[in-house]
Amino acid sequence: MARIIAALAAGLIFGLGLALAGMTDPARVIGFLDLAGAWNPALAFVMGAGVIVTFIGYRLVLARPKPALDAKFQIPTRTDIDLPLVGGAALFGIGWGLAGYCPGPALSSLIAGNGDVFALVGAMIAGMIVVRFARMRG
Amino acid sequence: MDQFISPTLGGALIALSAILMMGLLGRITGISGILGNLLPPAPARGGEAMWRVAFIAGLLGGPLLLQAFTGDSGIGAPVVGLPMMILGGFIVGVGTALGSGCTSGHGICGLSRLSKRSFVAVGTFMATGVATVFVVRHLL
Repeated sequence: MARIIAALAAGLIFGLGLALAGMTDPARVIGFLDLAGAWNPALAFVMGAGVIVTFIGYRLVLARPKPALDAKFQIPTRTDIDLPLVGGAALFGIGWGLAGYCPGPALSSLIAGNGDVFALVGAMIAGMIVVRFARMRG
Repeated sequence: MDQFISPTLGGALIALSAILMMGLLGRITGISGILGNLLPPAPARGGEAMWRVAFIAGLLGGPLLLQAFTGDSGIGAPVVGLPMMILGGFIVGVGTALGSGCTSGHGICGLSRLSKRSFVAVGTFMATGVATVFVVRHLL
């Protein structure tokens, strides 16, 4: 139960941060990616502040032997650069640039009840499922 | 508010969430991974599914919290039509599942861990994102 409440609280803070940052406004996201147009650099501050604060915070919490509510830290260990990583990231950027939504803001924006955003999230989930099945077979 | 203060505070809140998730549950806060692991063919079950659903419920509540504080949810209207929303969403789903992460998992968490894979992923998706907007806005 404590884990569920912790995850709910963390999700709320994350969603609040996305909305405050402007990440849930696709016009601003595309404005940020539009280097050749009226470039809006504001969203660079989201990534900048996010990475700096997380860099410090991770060092503090990872110095502990284990997380407070679970048995161990689960951190990715892979270091190889392979085609799925690069190709997947390349595709993700294309999709992000086309509609202006990455996964977090897409989910947060569902709360506004816009049918087109539901369609985007549905398509995103379909894309994830396709890859997950393909990986299981491959 | 100044146009850079809100993004900076927002980024710091996202960081706080990522730090809480690591400190309490020991997890990377990657949205595509949290969502993806709820999906077939091997969906998380029991407690593993519950915290993921709770986090996503929180994500949806976040804009409501902002609205309660400021009167504005921060949610902007889509800027492209339905076909492009579906195409963009599908490509984001395929890309993040294939590339094992998105702006949060690779961007915030991965860069903070100085992960080589995440630096490559972020450089790649920023480049193709910028290139895509350039093509759509300035060439087509």
